[in-house]
Amino acid sequence: MTQPWSVLAVALVTVTTLLVGLFGLRMARATTDFYVAGRTVSSWRNASAIGGEFLSAASFLGIASLVFERGAPTAWLPVGYTLGYLVLLVLVAAPLRRSGAYTVPDFAELRLESRAARLVCSALVVAVGWLYALPQLQGAGVVLRHVTGWPRWVGTLVVALVVGANVAVAGMRSITVVQALQYWVKLTAICIPAFVLLAVWLRDGRPAPTGLTDGWWDPVPGPSSGPGLWLTYSTLVALCFGTMGLPHVVVRFYTNPTGREARHTTVAVLVLLGVFYVWTPLYGFFGRIYLRDAPADDTLVLRLPDVAVPGVGGSLLSALLAGGAFAAFLSTTSGLVLSVAGVLDQDVVRPRAHRSPATSFRASTALAVVTPTVVALAATPLRLSTAVGYAFALAAATFAPLIVLGVWWPRLTGPGAIAGMLTGATTTAVSAALSGQVPAGWAAALTEQPALWTVPLATLVSVAVSLATHTSTPPHSLQTLQRLHTPENLSAGS
Amino acid sequence: MDTGWGSTVAIVVIGALIVLAVGWWLLRPRTRPQFVTDRERATYATLHTASVAARHLRGGLAPTEARRAVGPLRELLGTPALALVDRSGLLAWEGAAEDHATQVVDIATSALDTGEVRAVDLPACGDPTCFLRSAVVAPVVAGDRVVAALVAPAPESTPGLTRATEEVADWVATQVDLADLSRQRTRTMEAELRALRAQISPHFIYNSLGAIASFVRTDPDRARELLLEFADFSRYALREGGTFTTLAEELRNVERYLVLEQARFGDRLTVSLKVAPEVLPIRVPFLAIQPLVENAVQHGIAPKESGGRIEIVARDVGTEAEISIDDNGVGADPAVIRQVLDGGADGQDSVGLGNVDARLRQVYGDDLGLVVETAPEAGMRVTFRLPKFAPAALDRP
Repeated sequence: MTQPWSVLAVALVTVTTLLVGLFGLRMARATTDFYVAGRTVSSWRNASAIGGEFLSAASFLGIASLVFERGAPTAWLPVGYTLGYLVLLVLVAAPLRRSGAYTVPDFAELRLESRAARLVCSALVVAVGWLYALPQLQGAGVVLRHVTGWPRWVGTLVVALVVGANVAVAGMRSITVVQALQYWVKLTAICIPAFVLLAVWLRDGRPAPTGLTDGWWDPVPGPSSGPGLWLTYSTLVALCFGTMGLPHVVVRFYTNPTGREARHTTVAVLVLLGVFYVWTPLYGFFGRIYLRDAPADDTLVLRLPDVAVPGVGGSLLSALLAGGAFAAFLSTTSGLVLSVAGVLDQDVVRPRAHRSPATSFRASTALAVVTPTVVALAATPLRLSTAVGYAFALAAATFAPLIVLGVWWPRLTGPGAIAGMLTGATTTAVSAALSGQVPAGWAAALTEQPALWTVPLATLVSVAVSLATHTSTPPHSLQTLQRLHTPENLSAGS
Repeated sequence: MDTGWGSTVAIVVIGALIVLAVGWWLLRPRTRPQFVTDRERATYATLHTASVAARHLRGGLAPTEARRAVGPLRELLGTPALALVDRSGLLAWEGAAEDHATQVVDIATSALDTGEVRAVDLPACGDPTCFLRSAVVAPVVAGDRVVAALVAPAPESTPGLTRATEEVADWVATQVDLADLSRQRTRTMEAELRALRAQISPHFIYNSLGAIASFVRTDPDRARELLLEFADFSRYALREGGTFTTLAEELRNVERYLVLEQARFGDRLTVSLKVAPEVLPIRVPFLAIQPLVENAVQHGIAPKESGGRIEIVARDVGTEAEISIDDNGVGADPAVIRQVLDGGADGQDSVGLGNVDARLRQVYGDDLGLVVETAPEAGMRVTFRLPKFAPAALDRP
């Protein structure tokens, strides 16, 4: 069944994204009174940009369907997505900015003065990026199928092509204003239909769903029954510590002029994400009222308005949501592809292929898009939140020990960090491969949400190997730490 | 429901690790020692040991470096111990029987004065297991000066050992010379930076002050503003310390410069700056852009009767920023510019271009120098790229 309004909205979002990417906004404004340099990106604008790139389809569509299916306890997920920024704020935001690193591999190279640590980091950035991009690409297929009835691969290919073309042709132009606008587009798209649904529900006078909020304080219910408390804490650990390692989030912190501004930005992100995540679980709530017997999948949010508000009104609201969801697919995917392509270009393609920077960057972009697209087409569709959760778990088990120890512990060595990251990556991959094949109960819980044991394990390995290899402590370790922790205005005089 | 996601996750992670392995393999050092004869093996071992020692001696003969370097040096000589002594005393001792150190220092001190290679008998020490009876002393002569002495204690001093010690001492001297050379190069660069700083002044100071003077009666407010700009500009350009600054600071200074130049040129000079706010926090060599703009004004616009336009653009290109300074002035002969960039022209005029180019290459490597597009009567565009992250651009204390 084709939904013309939704198709129009999706097409509009896609074409706009393509045009903005290809032609830019001509927005580096020419100024006659030229005091441009004072015009650094303000922390609120930068926070909006982070929000715009961070709020993926998992947030936009995934949470609602989980709340619908499993009840209020899944509201821990948006809590976790937001809390990650609190951890970022407290532990690493300002030092990371002061380090002057643009990406996590840069940070590793700077802090550990080791080329090998940089390469391991780069490979993991690629892994996390692909893992995160995968559900976005698949989700696009699912949404487009829902809207048009076309097969799943169409949507995946549309997003892959638009993002690939944008990144390859426009170079790595990730304009802060455009990304900032994305946040407000998404907030509008999720907010307005929610208000309408709320009004309709109050007028209908339908009873509130029973059982939805029962035990909201309970742990997150997993796909298989198991020790629930473990799942909750493990999920929270993955989300809290994974955020600091997400490649498309880290690069945004570079735009802040100082460490202090980086902190302000993080606080602003907390506010903006908090505002956004108020709305998503509401859709699960309305789903229990209006779509009681519907199957739980990621298109729940899109189906709701049509049922609750029959007629053109409902179609328009659906269209708004579909457009918002597509904007989420496109912005998150392009942020990820940009980061992955940048890393591939810097560390794999350019050092070998002695081509012009533009050519090698295009080759890297192709590699960065094609791989997750092929996997997305070949693999069974994932539930958005599940797959994104794995990207977080991987980032948490690999980058969090590196960054937190790197920022706070002077004795971290290159071999220690590498051992930690490899431990985190291996344990996460093994858990993922084993999950679903082990009996329900503790074994299932440990493999389904591994972060609570992989993160401490990776940290311990990092510490132990660092202590064992104390002879290869980076020569400038203390100077680097001093630099990370000294506010800019203090060092300005020197 | 979620069947199959586990293996997908695993596939992606393993895929990325494969990328790592491929990258590792591609980036590995190309030379793998494969020896056919013992002679080749020995040559390789000697050269390798020497190159390890050379790495430590890159910074000269400071105590820490010397301590690291004597290990490989002793391997080269094959003696039980080896000492490096300079005029302040023992620099480093590697190997057995360190209780001979004071005697060795005495022996070496005489060599430091005479500059001669000698074999000396070591007085017997109390330790019955000690078998060091002799030592060869060789001076390290760098730049006509005896900077240190190499002492190789051994059971007995053979002519072979004497020759070898002398050769190693000469080799160390070469390394010390090289270290001096590189220190001098850095110093030259710093001097050039200072020279560039001083060089902005004369032309520009006369012209600016002249322009300001012309406003003092007709438009005192403007004159005051211009004077303040001038003060800020000088404070920035003449500040002490810090080889790097942020792009925001540097561009702000370019703006000040242009405000002052506009006071002089009036309508003949139009300016536009297009700056992506994302690139403003990037670290850039101090005074990397202003000389380029000054070059455009002095050699592009000033000679042109009708005046012209300068456009400064800073674009975000992912891991780098691209800065371009474009003018529609009189342009220049590409051959002349090439000469300037090669450092051949010692003309007074375009020192700015050559200096900025040299400093960019020194910091970021040869790939990231200036790119100049120009022709007579066709204006000029100067472009360069700045990496967002460059370890060399972080001022390490």
